Amino acid sequence: MSTLLTQPSLSMESTWPEWFQQEQAKAHADYEAMPVPTRKDEAWRFSSIAAIDLTEFTPAPAVESEGKLINLSQGQDQFSAKLVFGNNALLHQDTERLPAGVILKPLEVAARENEELFRKYFMSQPVELGSHRYAALHKARLGTGALLYVPANVEVALPIEIFHWVEGDRASIFPHTLIICGENSKVTVLDYFKSADDKRAFSCGVNDLHLARGAQLQYVAVQDWSREALAFQINSTIVERDATSTALTVNFGGEFVRGESLSRLAGEGSRSVMLSLNPMDGKRMLDQRTLQDHAAPNASSDLLYLNALEDTSRTIFAGLIKVQEHAHKTDAYQKVRNLMLSDDAEANSMPGLEILADDVRCTHGATAGEINEEELFYLEARGIPQNVGRRLIVNGFFQTLLERLDNEPLREYLGKLVSARLKVPF
Amino acid sequence: MSTDTKPDIAIDRSVGDFSYDVNYEYDAGVGLTDKTIDYIADVKNDPDWIREFRHDAYRKFLDKPMPTHWATKDLDNIIFEKIRYYLSQGTQPKRSWDDVPEEMKLTFERLGIPEQERKFLAGVEAQFDSEAAYSNIKAAVGEQGVIFCGSTEGLHKHPEIFKKWFGKVIPTGDNKFSALNSAVFSGGSFIYVPPGVKVKHPLQAYFRINAENFGQFERTLIIADEGSEVMYMEGCTAPKFETSTLHSAVVELVAMKGAKIQYVTVQNWSPNVFNLVTKRGIAHEEAEIKWIDCNIGSRLTMKYPGVVMKGRKARGEVISIALAGDGQHQDTGAKMIHAADETTSNIVSKSISVGTGRSTYRGMVHVPKHLKGCKNNTECDALLINSHSRTDTYPSITVRGQGNACQHEASVSQISEEQIFYMQQRGISEGAAMSLAVNGFVNDLVQQFPMEYSVELKRLIDLEMEGSVG
Repeated sequence: MSTLLTQPSLSMESTWPEWFQQEQAKAHADYEAMPVPTRKDEAWRFSSIAAIDLTEFTPAPAVESEGKLINLSQGQDQFSAKLVFGNNALLHQDTERLPAGVILKPLEVAARENEELFRKYFMSQPVELGSHRYAALHKARLGTGALLYVPANVEVALPIEIFHWVEGDRASIFPHTLIICGENSKVTVLDYFKSADDKRAFSCGVNDLHLARGAQLQYVAVQDWSREALAFQINSTIVERDATSTALTVNFGGEFVRGESLSRLAGEGSRSVMLSLNPMDGKRMLDQRTLQDHAAPNASSDLLYLNALEDTSRTIFAGLIKVQEHAHKTDAYQKVRNLMLSDDAEANSMPGLEILADDVRCTHGATAGEINEEELFYLEARGIPQNVGRRLIVNGFFQTLLERLDNEPLREYLGKLVSARLKVPF
Repeated sequence: MSTDTKPDIAIDRSVGDFSYDVNYEYDAGVGLTDKTIDYIADVKNDPDWIREFRHDAYRKFLDKPMPTHWATKDLDNIIFEKIRYYLSQGTQPKRSWDDVPEEMKLTFERLGIPEQERKFLAGVEAQFDSEAAYSNIKAAVGEQGVIFCGSTEGLHKHPEIFKKWFGKVIPTGDNKFSALNSAVFSGGSFIYVPPGVKVKHPLQAYFRINAENFGQFERTLIIADEGSEVMYMEGCTAPKFETSTLHSAVVELVAMKGAKIQYVTVQNWSPNVFNLVTKRGIAHEEAEIKWIDCNIGSRLTMKYPGVVMKGRKARGEVISIALAGDGQHQDTGAKMIHAADETTSNIVSKSISVGTGRSTYRGMVHVPKHLKGCKNNTECDALLINSHSRTDTYPSITVRGQGNACQHEASVSQISEEQIFYMQQRGISEGAAMSLAVNGFVNDLVQQFPMEYSVELKRLIDLEMEGSVG
């Protein structure tokens, strides 16, 4: 059986144009040439390197329960378009209601039909937060993915929903979402990452967001892998002048999940909001690395990551605010809060600052604490049992983060997802 | 305020910038080999276990890589083969200034040490290159059983206390520079405070580098027995040479049950000195260790004073001020290891970067599993003066389990234009206003220094504002 470590052969069956197949072969060679990271690398400090053993995984075969997965791909009631992927193939496409000029199609189709766009934006940002090796693997093994292009001055009123499914034991998938927002365009995208079963699987995904001048993007990634899954998600967001990106990552599943998020404030007046909400339990491990890279003056970035840790779960947050030399009037904020709910949980926080300009306002904070006994007592005094009270408090902890989203239906929808995940009874 | 009208800030370093020609009686030559180590051990008449300890440390030093995967690449500019590892005029410190060789006495008089001793210190040790030239403790303090001497003397005269704690707080292989120090250490202080004794006045050590291409490797061990209290202060200067100088100390503190140690440093090395120091204390039950650290000089300082809180209700504290001027890098911080219930720690760090100066805060807070009631508070504030100034913050906080609270906050800002405007409006020049604002920024920390030092500090951070307002 072929594993992920074997070189894929150039094949007539590949849906990619030949030039891209050649790039894939090169990416595979790069992957093999790059050293496996160790804990001694700063980018992998505290991480469970031992958990990353890819030899057990195989390229995923076609899904067996196609119809079922399409039926299960239900997000918000109202949406403007939907794509469903399963085991590296497109299962379902509903894009007719999109405004004129908006492109939403599988990547390999875009590589042929919109080659210029594809070449300009596809993985154009080098990986800077440690997972170069896995980004190369992603490219080498990429089967399909979503490309969204919103032309200048177009607003897509209802959200676009994209589902990525993995099915089968030891299956591996390579989800990809590429979003290109033209000048002054506006769009909301939800990216779902889901397991069809409770099997061990591997996902190595990339999502790149490009915002041209004045664009507004709300991007939500809902990660709900099986509790046995191993996953990488490598993100970069490039925000040009006066554009605003709001990105939220919710991590519900996965045994080992590594997320890398880079926001580059590339133009004056740009803004990036980076949010993450992570209810952690069991023996799950979440390793998040972020960079707020201020490359232009008068830009702002605001990061808030919330972790609630049950059982023997572990989190790592390593974030950096980097202000380049000429990026004056930068306003950057970064905060990670860990709510410790068990004696065996572990939270590691490494909030960093590198400031090379003097006229800036940069603040960061990291906290680790427990549930306030008085709050619990207050609830108990009103007849709410302690175990329910705890869940209510954790739920409240997370809901404060959702208030950062200025889209009311989206906020409500995500609020319900979180409450359901925490089994809040009312 | 545009960047080009910003005033330059010059720091008065003239105080320590002089040197004397000294004929050294003992000179281990240039470079480091097993022979150098034997030479040092012979001169110092080391017991066999220390000689072995040195050789073992030397091997660890060779094995350890430079920590440049996380630290600055400037470390690669240290050329170990070109350094002189031991220079002295004899290993016996004098008890009276009259007996100290003339050029050393002149040095310390210019630095004001004998005068300070008469005024307010309980004891003084003055180290000149590798060995202490002078060491004395006030009779009344000595009568209480307090021991204050050089590390060599401590090792020979009080082996029962020395051997028990030496190298126990900071293992030889802790890092490349602690290994180097362990191989070639000479000088530094040995202090023992008996149970219940509270030393009223500070004990002071003054470290002076006089020779060019020299490496100073002092080793300090302070033991405060149950319920005792002591304050130790150290100052350091060196003349400005064209070539680089290395200062790499190891400082170990042990606070037994209920004891209190305050360790105050005012570091004003000349800008050619690499200052790579390992400092750590163990605080037993209800003991308290407080590092008060001020770094103004040196080319590169890497120093992260730590406290291992080993007993219940122990407390650790680091108060740190760093000023990085043109071409300087102050890479400082703190390490807090909570190893018992109800331990508390506090880190307050303020840094100022001027010109092309770079200040870095690097910290570690660790709360292991199944501890209850541990608290840490960390605050780092950085002030950037010019547009090419740089500041970094790299904390690392690990918390295992519930029932503990850690909070970290850091901010970076520049002097508020409104403040400057307000002062200028009242007739204060821009330069003076900047100076006032900088002093205001660090003032609450400066007040934590003993009176005499806070005066010296204000003089050191004597920021001369020139060329203001275009």
